[in-house]
Amino acid sequence: MTGSSPEYRPGAYREAAAHSLRETPMVRDSVGSATRTFDSLRAHAYADVESDRWRDWARDVKGHALTHLDQYLEQAERSLVRNGVHVHWAATAEDVHRVIAKVVETHGVRTVVKSKSMLSEELDVNAHLESLGVRPVETDLGEYIIQLLDEPPSHIVGPAIHRSLDDCRVLFHERLGTPLDSEPDELAAAARAALREDFLSADLGISGGNFLAADTGTVALIENEGNIRLTTSVPRVHVALVGIEKVVPRFEDLAGLLQLTARAATGQPIGLFVSLIQGPRTGDEVDGPEEVHVVLVDNGRTTLFEDDVAWEALRCVRCGACLNICPVYRQTGGHAYGWTYSGPIGAIISPGLLGLDRALPLPHASSLCGACTDVCPVRIPIPELLIHWRERTVDEGRNSTAERLGMKAYAGLAERPGAFSAAASALRWTPWRAAGRALPVLSGWVQERDAPSPSPRSFRDLWREGIE
Amino acid sequence: MRVALFVTCLGDQFFAEACADAVRLLRHVGAEVSFPTDQTCCGQPAFNSGHRREALRMMRHTTQVFADAEYVVLPSGSCAGMVRSMYSGLSDTDEARAAAEDLAARTYELSEFLVSVADCEELGDGLTGHRVAYHHGCHALRELGVSDQPVTLLRSCGAEVIEWSADRECCGFGGTFSAKLPEVSAAMADHKLDTLPDVDVVTSADGGCLLQLSGRAGRRELPVPFRHLASLLWQGVAGAEAPRGSA
Ligand code: SF4
Repeated sequence: MTGSSPEYRPGAYREAAAHSLRETPMVRDSVGSATRTFDSLRAHAYADVESDRWRDWARDVKGHALTHLDQYLEQAERSLVRNGVHVHWAATAEDVHRVIAKVVETHGVRTVVKSKSMLSEELDVNAHLESLGVRPVETDLGEYIIQLLDEPPSHIVGPAIHRSLDDCRVLFHERLGTPLDSEPDELAAAARAALREDFLSADLGISGGNFLAADTGTVALIENEGNIRLTTSVPRVHVALVGIEKVVPRFEDLAGLLQLTARAATGQPIGLFVSLIQGPRTGDEVDGPEEVHVVLVDNGRTTLFEDDVAWEALRCVRCGACLNICPVYRQTGGHAYGWTYSGPIGAIISPGLLGLDRALPLPHASSLCGACTDVCPVRIPIPELLIHWRERTVDEGRNSTAERLGMKAYAGLAERPGAFSAAASALRWTPWRAAGRALPVLSGWVQERDAPSPSPRSFRDLWREGIE
Repeated sequence: MRVALFVTCLGDQFFAEACADAVRLLRHVGAEVSFPTDQTCCGQPAFNSGHRREALRMMRHTTQVFADAEYVVLPSGSCAGMVRSMYSGLSDTDEARAAAEDLAARTYELSEFLVSVADCEELGDGLTGHRVAYHHGCHALRELGVSDQPVTLLRSCGAEVIEWSADRECCGFGGTFSAKLPEVSAAMADHKLDTLPDVDVVTSADGGCLLQLSGRAGRRELPVPFRHLASLLWQGVAGAEAPRGSA
């Protein structure tokens, strides 16, 4: 997102990725080393437990909740209301904006402290708050950094993962006056000091929600910095934005899900802070908000759920493990994907949430290596879903005519062995560089690589002559 | 053991000598090798790019061609993965599914066949003193679970298989991906090449990966030799005199 970067939208993926590789190679370095570190921590944390069994279990719990979504959402609503929480149903981002505007108006809110929430990014909550004349303050350190830089997050868990320590030193020096050689602890302390004021003056705290237990009406949140605890307990009012796919049947389920998510995300046995929010402050309690709102957000999830194959993506717990291991994501980080959710999970939910036409070419931004599925804590078959969206692209006629005709012709040849081998031999001797101008497939290849040298004789010929 | 060799599109045109070496290896372990000449493409390029109908046509053709084979062996992890792991799910009728599952049960990647079916752990000593890096193609690794077999065989020929931090990371080939998103694909290959230890040769059970890595190394003028696993293993059997593989 520097200089004259291409537009921030999925459709610009190829240009944005190429731009990032060419103009900001340090992004590749920062993202590459951070993701490899996260992934190796995850691998150790998985190895310490029976992670295969945990993952089967988590897949089943989330799958069960999704296939009984209405039932558990209604139960969750009843539980939340019983706990004194205001429950709102939001079909779209605008619905969410209206709920927030009402709270802002009712309580005369001027400053909002926010904890990291990808859903809030998806819904453009900060821009909405600003349009209301309210100052949103991101309190997660990574989010704080990118808010200062006016950039979108580039990773689900580590939003500033594309920035190096030196970038942060310079930024904090300019904005907070810290010395240029500050250590990470000192930078964090400076941010904390600045944020302390905001926590004390904010009238509203906005958070996301990792899980929502239907039986007890509990919103569960995981974190490491303590800022979520403050966001949800210091201001007078707390609004939690929770995607409808976050509901799980029982409070008991949280134990396993919270631990597995932390292991997958950062390799920790559990987040340093776990907040289990049950409702507003009651009679004898000394802290906590006076008013708690839970906004249950659809924003395209029901449509995704109706897709027989792609619905599995809704099990996602947003741990970021698939990003960390993804060799495609590692080259650019998240900005190239042009939307809130990047990497493998972004490529499979964006067509569902945004519509396939807006999401293309993200389902193609994968070599189908399958590393993501190896690590996903809820066992989403990511490559299968990528292929599913590619098939939908073909079915809806959204791929190029050249590709469509080419594949048809290719399949026709493959049914006629004589013609197939003649055509294959011809391709073998195609002058790739020259033909590249006519054939996009070849031009893409020779742009970055030398053309392969064909065997002097095909295997077919060798076989005919006899192999010694 | 009667083995029908499925050389695949890339094998036929770009790794013909390596496929010939695969024939030699299979005969060396006592297999009777045939080459059903009606074979064409497994359908993977169509399947992976969402052209399910076309992939299905190629699957039908392939299951017919290999209907009578006792074993089907491919010197390609990703095409073997397509046949063994994807055909069943691709099937549109019970009959097609039965044929697909039957074929899957008889299908092997070359090194996997040598170790798991032909029970071969020792080939020769023709690679003594060679420092080799082995690239794990993603589909051999994940769809077939082939990871130890090639390394075991290379070591049995005397090769020193050198540790490579990125040996299991995707090379960026991904079929049409390499042409649709060439910049990212090349950056992926660069990571592989930039982490490569000092070796005499880089090998893999997948021709596609080798074309990607050697094509990128060539563009960057890196003097790294690449050879198909089949050729390297045959050199392991026959020594330096072995007919040279093509890559
Ligand atoms: S898809 Fe799986 S691995 Fe990726 S963020 Fe979601 S839960 Fe984590």
